[in-house]
Amino acid sequence: MTEFYVFVSGPLAWIAWGFFIIGSIYRLVSMYALAKAKDGSSLAYMSLPYSLRSILNWLIPFNTMGWKSDPLMTVATFLFHIGFLLVAVFLGAHAVLWDTAFGISIPSLPGGFGDAVSFVVIAACAVFAYRRLALPHVKGVTRPKDWFSLILVALPFVTGVLAYHQVGPVLLMTTLHVLAGELLLALIPFTRLSHALFALLTRSYMGSEFGAVRHAKDW
Amino acid sequence: MGISKWDWETGQKTVVESLSPIEGHGWQEEPYVSPDGETVAAIVQVDEGVFSVRTNDTVWENTFDKIWGLKFSPDGRLTAICQQDMEWVLVVDGEPMGETTDYIWETKFSEDGSVIATMYKGMERYGVCVDGEPWEELFENVNQYTLSADGAHAAGVAQVQSLGQADIEGFKKGIYTVVVDGVRWPNKYLNVWGPAFDATGEHVAAQVRPSVHAYTIAVDDKPWAATYGQVWEPIFHPKDGSVVAPVRVAGKWGVAKDGNILWEPRYAQCLYLQYGKPGNKLWAVVAPSYGEFTVACDNAAWDVTFPVVTDLVVSPDGTRAAAIGNEDNTNFRIVVDGKAWDGVYDMAWPATFCPGGKNVAAMVEKDGKRIILVNGKPFERSFDMAWPPIFSEDGAKVLIRAIENNSYVRIVADVARF
Amino acid sequence: MSRIADRKVADPGLANGVASLTPEKIEKVVNQVLKGETGAKLKVYQETCMRCGLCSQGCHFYMSHDFDPSYSPVNKATETMYELMNKKGKVTPDQIYLMAQMAFTECNLCKRCAHYCPIGIDTGYIMSMVRRICYMLDVVPQYIRDTSHSHASTMNQMWVKDDEWIDSLQWQEDEARDEFPDLRIPLDKEGADVYYSVIAPEPKFRTQLIYQAAAIMHAAGVDYTMPSEPGWDNSDMCMFVGDYENMGRLKRAHFESAQKLRVKRIVMGECGHAFRSVYDMGNRWLGYKNSPVPIVHAIEFYWELIQQGKIKITHKYEKPVTIQDPCNVMRGRGLMDKLREVVHFLCEEVVEMIPNREHNYCCCAGGGVINCGPPFKNTRMEGNRIKAEQLKATGVHDVVIPCHNCHGGLEDIIGYYDLGMHGKFIGDIIYELMEKPEL
Ligand code: HEM
Ligand code: HEM
Ligand code: SF4
Ligand code: SF4
Repeated sequence: MTEFYVFVSGPLAWIAWGFFIIGSIYRLVSMYALAKAKDGSSLAYMSLPYSLRSILNWLIPFNTMGWKSDPLMTVATFLFHIGFLLVAVFLGAHAVLWDTAFGISIPSLPGGFGDAVSFVVIAACAVFAYRRLALPHVKGVTRPKDWFSLILVALPFVTGVLAYHQVGPVLLMTTLHVLAGELLLALIPFTRLSHALFALLTRSYMGSEFGAVRHAKDW
Repeated sequence: MGISKWDWETGQKTVVESLSPIEGHGWQEEPYVSPDGETVAAIVQVDEGVFSVRTNDTVWENTFDKIWGLKFSPDGRLTAICQQDMEWVLVVDGEPMGETTDYIWETKFSEDGSVIATMYKGMERYGVCVDGEPWEELFENVNQYTLSADGAHAAGVAQVQSLGQADIEGFKKGIYTVVVDGVRWPNKYLNVWGPAFDATGEHVAAQVRPSVHAYTIAVDDKPWAATYGQVWEPIFHPKDGSVVAPVRVAGKWGVAKDGNILWEPRYAQCLYLQYGKPGNKLWAVVAPSYGEFTVACDNAAWDVTFPVVTDLVVSPDGTRAAAIGNEDNTNFRIVVDGKAWDGVYDMAWPATFCPGGKNVAAMVEKDGKRIILVNGKPFERSFDMAWPPIFSEDGAKVLIRAIENNSYVRIVADVARF
Repeated sequence: MSRIADRKVADPGLANGVASLTPEKIEKVVNQVLKGETGAKLKVYQETCMRCGLCSQGCHFYMSHDFDPSYSPVNKATETMYELMNKKGKVTPDQIYLMAQMAFTECNLCKRCAHYCPIGIDTGYIMSMVRRICYMLDVVPQYIRDTSHSHASTMNQMWVKDDEWIDSLQWQEDEARDEFPDLRIPLDKEGADVYYSVIAPEPKFRTQLIYQAAAIMHAAGVDYTMPSEPGWDNSDMCMFVGDYENMGRLKRAHFESAQKLRVKRIVMGECGHAFRSVYDMGNRWLGYKNSPVPIVHAIEFYWELIQQGKIKITHKYEKPVTIQDPCNVMRGRGLMDKLREVVHFLCEEVVEMIPNREHNYCCCAGGGVINCGPPFKNTRMEGNRIKAEQLKATGVHDVVIPCHNCHGGLEDIIGYYDLGMHGKFIGDIIYELMEKPEL
């Protein structure tokens, strides 16, 4: 078991990172090439100021028509995305890893806070799941892909919390957690979660079209 | 065209001292000038509901209920589309040409101006009227007509089959074809656009849509075997009878010749094909990439690009070309042989080469003043109003037709003075 | 959740088109369009749409059908384009019928949902690409298809023949001279400042609009012209049908007719979709980044004239009015402030609809839906109950509607929901109020 843990937290972690980084670069570069070949009449309108204007406005909760129309989702998604970043990067245990693996030392969340944020993120995932199960306009368009990415995201949090709180065999839980984390990382470029790569670009494009061509706001 | 017979004496003459409306006229519309610059004309309201045409300081004797479409022919005759007692007729130098009818419009001339044509409608039937004579056979509709260079032939697009209300299936069977001198092509197409004659006037090429999603060129009713995503105006080679047209393949534009690709499709746009008289080089306006337009000669594009390029003009020997570049209808430049002249203007008119092809002249507008340019250099004065310059046959002089201080003046200037 | 299959509407254009389809042909054409004409934009949209449903409340169809998820933007995209992409075109002819009905009649391409999607997905674009595929499969509702045929054949939307156009201008000029003796509608006047362009329904059915525009131009002393030759119609049903080839052809005719007359800019009447086709869609197909000749919508033009003091009115319109914001010039051009300044200049009292400005609800006629004709009138009526409620809540009787499509759409809604209201163009009001010569 320990050997397996060593493998998982060692070579496999590098492989996951490899998938994530190389996969992301590949997706972005090939998408850009496709856009250049096929979407010249869209690319030509990209504008940095209007991109930033759009991104900024959408970063403010309840500032947009979309955010106003569904408060529960708005709260959940903001907590989720912020929480995800905080935990994935700045969690005490993870900060140690940044240091050991890359020699980068970064500030870390106080233990109790990290724990609390993790619970909030899990709660947000529960809201996502609830919407997919209970709201007709979400349920109707939910496909296995969507569940897959939701589970993919939720798993490291669930296993991480279990490991942290020493529920179940610690080594097993920690191994599972690391596996889940790596799986998520590796699959971001190839699932719905690739929106982490593309969402800023789609937002920028919409912001540019609305700002520069249509002279209207896109929120 | 008799250019050599015009008065080419260097100097200026005031043709009409005052362009103010003549006493008693209700109003006077915008002025038109003859090619030789000796006559300026305008539609005038001589009384309520009574119109005539003023030429220099005289007025046509005939009056009409309505007049529009004032045009000088290349040989200097003044034509107008006139209505009297609810009937229309083309009036040439004050005299009606042919019988009156329900409607006429779109006056066109042969190259030398000896033939004058209009569209014609009588008893709800359509055709072309040449020198006052309508086609013998008329159609349910005719549009996009054209005249051969010598004026001996006229062609248009005719609707040869009636179409019921919203009959989309009927449309798809084809209801249009080309008519030449009133005689239709046997084939029918979903659409036909822009018929064009060859130099002899014997052959006609047109853009056709043989089926819903296919576009190609038909020459004398024979469509090319290949079809394309879209096509633009075909032109004939001035000598060998071959036909070229811009074609769209997989979203890119190129040029096809007689149904085979000549310029590999790689442009975002390609249009306004032109040969010089010898047919040695093929010119076009192209967009090498999205939003960037320029001119190409034999598929080699100029380096300089503009958001918009129009009015391609090829020198008589086919080796040089000029065009207008602009930024969405502002900041106009005259571009000759791939280089933009220095000035930036509010408007520009097509450039013109002298017969020898050495000199280039154009009219532009800046701050409401018209400026005449030769080889990029402006004439010493600018004008309140002017018309595009014309070179003398030897290319040593230009004729400037202009209005200044409410007078119409005719100036012959030495090219050397620019 | 209702299903599109349960609300299938009979239309000969759709039925005949589908009748000649085979699965092989569908597969071929779908992939041709997907590979040949779409690119990263569509691919990224499909992939990054999180299926979160936030766009739902953006759509008036969804709101008007009691939150029926079948009408949510994401569902419409899922049932049409995403299905075609996932199945790589392996769908049945009957599915194509339903997809066409959805794309042509249950989406106005109004882009209101763009204000709701956090990712920035343009459902209007996705649905227009569905239409494009349907057009390439020859499955298009009959009436709008007919207008696109007219466009391709005459360069105008209503089969207006070349002489009929000139004749109707001259007729309006004649009529107007009874009121303004020296009024002119200058034809083909080279070098004029303004090229005034209209849509074909004006010479065909609404000639008083040409009359009014001529009266306003005359009173304001505008140096303008109208072309006698084709190109005068800026409307564009080819764009909405998915016939981009002839959309390009039409726009070329339009731009070239203005370029040939060496005008400074094109001013257009009160129409929304035509504006979209000229400044956004048609120009791009032709390779122009912007409209090669600047295009000014009537709202902006009237605003300018008012700013310059060129429109003089005898009094303000006394009855309260509300304002319909046409999608294509609000979300399409940001003219909401100018529209309000114009209407406040003309009218005593304005009662706003909520929501308004770029967040307005579409009239449900736009995107060519009204042009799909009588078979789909109910789709528009039931699909825009929310607009009826919005209108009713204002309590006024006059609606200022600076768009042809919105006019048709709102008049129908007003009738269907028995609202007792009446639509007016800005031109109607200016003409009614303007100082006229004493005769
Ligand atoms: C991006 C994906 C990841 C997420 C979202 C994530 C999330 C979490 C969470 C929520 C906890 C528990 C914190 C708490 O409840 O206080 C945790 C703990 C931990 N994580 Fe991750 N993690 C991820 C990836 C990884 C990876 C790739 C590794 C190692 C290679 C790792 C190593 C650890 C360790 C060692 C702990 C501490 C467990 C313990 O205390 O026993 N995590 N993580
Ligand atoms: C640049 C970074 C990111 C941006 C701009 C972004 C943006 C968004 C947006 C706009 C949504 C759509 C609807 C909503 O608000 O929930 C969304 C949903 C979601 N995001 Fe992100 N995201 C980012 C990164 C991430 C990352 C790194 C993850 C996890 C790996 C993630 C996981 C999710 C999940 C699971 C959903 C779906 C919620 C549901 O099921 O309804 N996001 N994101
Ligand atoms: S009708 Fe408008 S709001 Fe509804 S899906 Fe279409 S573009 Fe979006
Ligand atoms: S709001 Fe955007 S991301 Fe969410 S379902 Fe609608 S289109 Fe997809």
